[in-house]
Amino acid sequence: MSKYTEDDLREELKTKEYEYGFYTDIESETFPNGLNEAIVRAISKKKEEPQWMTDWRLEAFQVWKEMTEPEWANVHYKKPDFQGISYYSAPNSKPKYDSLDEVDPELLATFEKLGISLDEQKKLSGVAMDVVIDSVSVATTFKKTLGEKGIIFMSISEAIKEHPELVKKYLGTVVPQKDNFYAALNSAVFSDGSFCYIPKGVKCPMELSTYFRINQAGTGQFERTLVIADEGSYVSYLEGCTAPSRDENQLHAAVVELIALDDAEIKYSTVQNWYPGNAEGKGGVYNFVTKRGLCEKNAKISWTQVETGSAVTWKYPSCVLKGDNSVGEFYSIAVTNNYQQADTGTKMIHLGKNTKSTIISKGISAGKSQNSYRGLVQINSRAENARNFSQCDSLLMGNECGAHTFPYIEAKNKTAKIEHEATTSKIGEDQIFYCNQRGIDTEKAIALIVNGFSKEVLNKLPMEFAVEAQKLLEISLEGSVG
Amino acid sequence: MDLKEKLLSSFLVFENQVDIDTYVHDVRNDAIKIFEEKGFPTKKEEAWKYTSLNKILKEDYSLFPQQEDAIDYKDIKKYFIHDIDTYKIIFIDGKYSSHLSQTTHDGIDVCLMSSALSKPKYRILIENYFNKAATKDSLSSLNTAFSSEGAYIHIPKNKMVEKPIQIIHFSTGNESATMLQPRNLIVVDENSHVQIIERHQSLNNNPVLTNSVTEIFTNKRAIVDYYKIQNDNSNASLIDNTFIKQKKESVASVHTFAFGGKLTRNNLNFFQEGERIDSILKGVTIIGEKQHVDHNTLVHHIEPNCESHQDYKGIFGENSTGVFNGKIIVEKEAQKTNAFQANNNILVSDKATINTKPQLEIFADDVKCSHGCTIGQLDESAMFYMRSRGIPEKEAKALLMYAFSNNVLNSVKIPEMKQRITKIIAKKLGVNIGFDL
Repeated sequence: MSKYTEDDLREELKTKEYEYGFYTDIESETFPNGLNEAIVRAISKKKEEPQWMTDWRLEAFQVWKEMTEPEWANVHYKKPDFQGISYYSAPNSKPKYDSLDEVDPELLATFEKLGISLDEQKKLSGVAMDVVIDSVSVATTFKKTLGEKGIIFMSISEAIKEHPELVKKYLGTVVPQKDNFYAALNSAVFSDGSFCYIPKGVKCPMELSTYFRINQAGTGQFERTLVIADEGSYVSYLEGCTAPSRDENQLHAAVVELIALDDAEIKYSTVQNWYPGNAEGKGGVYNFVTKRGLCEKNAKISWTQVETGSAVTWKYPSCVLKGDNSVGEFYSIAVTNNYQQADTGTKMIHLGKNTKSTIISKGISAGKSQNSYRGLVQINSRAENARNFSQCDSLLMGNECGAHTFPYIEAKNKTAKIEHEATTSKIGEDQIFYCNQRGIDTEKAIALIVNGFSKEVLNKLPMEFAVEAQKLLEISLEGSVG
Repeated sequence: MDLKEKLLSSFLVFENQVDIDTYVHDVRNDAIKIFEEKGFPTKKEEAWKYTSLNKILKEDYSLFPQQEDAIDYKDIKKYFIHDIDTYKIIFIDGKYSSHLSQTTHDGIDVCLMSSALSKPKYRILIENYFNKAATKDSLSSLNTAFSSEGAYIHIPKNKMVEKPIQIIHFSTGNESATMLQPRNLIVVDENSHVQIIERHQSLNNNPVLTNSVTEIFTNKRAIVDYYKIQNDNSNASLIDNTFIKQKKESVASVHTFAFGGKLTRNNLNFFQEGERIDSILKGVTIIGEKQHVDHNTLVHHIEPNCESHQDYKGIFGENSTGVFNGKIIVEKEAQKTNAFQANNNILVSDKATINTKPQLEIFADDVKCSHGCTIGQLDESAMFYMRSRGIPEKEAKALLMYAFSNNVLNSVKIPEMKQRITKIIAKKLGVNIGFDL
């Protein structure tokens, strides 16, 4: 038998097409391309929003017009033409369904191809899903179970209608409209997203989950997620993405706001696998996301992310540790291959006393990709006894990729304890040899080692996601050892 | 008239005063254009995010101070490492002071930049090395445009320079405010070894702004040990730009002891242009009051099998601000690079601030690169141990802080220099103990 060499592996990897690249043909209702005040109004009207919401959007749009795109990130890409995208697209099948049987069978087939059949999810994992296909949520399961506990889990457009007091109170409090270019854009044109409210003292009995997909060609995806955990409550929220294959670049500018009130805990996990472009770096999704959480007293927010997709990623899930004794965590795996670029990391803003934060970031770069960690740890002068631990490890495969670390550490209090460490290395030949010697082929050995490298983060994912994430890692990296 | 305009208009006068050697003349003219275009760096630039020059640029600096009567050696003896024999190149207000200096042309050249720039016999060296390591950033360009005086050291092949060389720039403060722009060039040829100590000292309380550029070239297997003592008074600001180009198998180490001044900015840049090079960057920073010290380091690994070691310790008291911005770039050809960076800080006051940004940019896969960065306090159990054995709080603290910076001190190769630094540290920490327990 001829030897399976690294070159073969590399070849195989290169030719491997995006497995989830298909396109569901559902009649969509799409707005004309371009963005102006009329479009913003139209989106708002389409969604039958109250006046205050329309005003809020317009306010954001006014701010956005004055802003320029940020350029500080360590990524290079052709700027999207904001007048060349359509800002609204919704699947045509309406109205809402009470059961899965009513859902367009073609949609269901899409999910099946992705390996996340709703039925299966429903039966086996007990996950309630707010499925989002191109901006409008089409199926919400387990709503009744959640309803009994007083948990509100619905699309944000429904929430605007049904719980305006909550949305009005919290929307934009963590990520204000004028926070940054993409947050402003999102605030003006967001089409849908998820809304979740956990009442006082309630521990959410199941993992809440939402799937975003970009489906219609040339449609920007602007999701808005708002999670509020009231005093003493707990929720674990899962977000996962896979997008169909496209040649032109697609823009994804989501905003996620988390609010953890006193003693509450939010765990937010993401698996992101948007289309990364083909082996020549053509196409792929631009992922410019603003995610931020606010911790009140004794609260805890934990971000876990596995980033394997997107041509360009620009994402910094952050925690504002406002209350005393609050805790922020960030666990991340970012994998880049071919021409992918990722500039991701976190911000931990320590304002309260005895606040703690942990950052574990694992970057894996292969092919011709560039992977950057950019983080900020800020200890303000009143944050007595603040504690931070950061660790950023990078794994390089081949000498055409790059790994970069930009950690910013700012301490203004003498009681602060901050540790930061970063390493960069490659998979050792001795490690591969050890595995080969024991009959494990190179490909499996790499998967094994990469899994070990990212174990600390994978362990933080909920069971359902851990399996999917492991699969993704393998798909993204098979055989790319240099 | 702001400082930039003043500098630009006085450039023409300056160019006519100095000898117009065609090569250097062109270099200066190009440099002033770069400065004119870029201006002084602002906080908007990433590299200057945490350090603002606004305040110190407001002074009305005199650019070409008049030379005053010579200073007596006994008045300034304390600024020398005087207990060993050394070569000395001394400048007062930017002008060479022959009676304080001790230069040589015996086998090696330890002399002046002004003569190197004007005398034909140095011409080839100047053309080969002058402004060849310095980057084209605005402050270095400004220095290049006004470069006329400084130390010029050339060590030919196979020379072991038997005594260290001291370069000291004094400013007398006879003018209300002075701006100095010394320019040093150090070329060390194959297999040679030299130790150099550099210091900037102002002698009274008038504001001084020094924008210094030092270029160091270490050729094959050369060894250079460079020590910088920065312990100036509270109105003196220093922007110290150092560029080191290393060839194959050379070893260069720079120790920076930053104990004060109003604002100190160290731009320390290493470029490794050969295999098996070792670069060592170490520093101790102990400051208080409203002082500001910014270490900005760059190690550029271009070829394979090289190493770099960085170790910076900082202790920040009162209202002081410390900045550390360390960057390691590993190019994709630079396989088997071993780069290490550590930055440890202690904040001893509630009003002190530390901003640190250790940065790695890596394009090669077979490398070992790591950085570590900590901000913390003195170990309470260690404090308790000493207190319970009758050591007063202040001394116990000082001992711990001394131990904290000891890693860096231990690699100082001139014993007298180490003693001197130890004394300065004791004084800084306000104790009267020798630390040689």
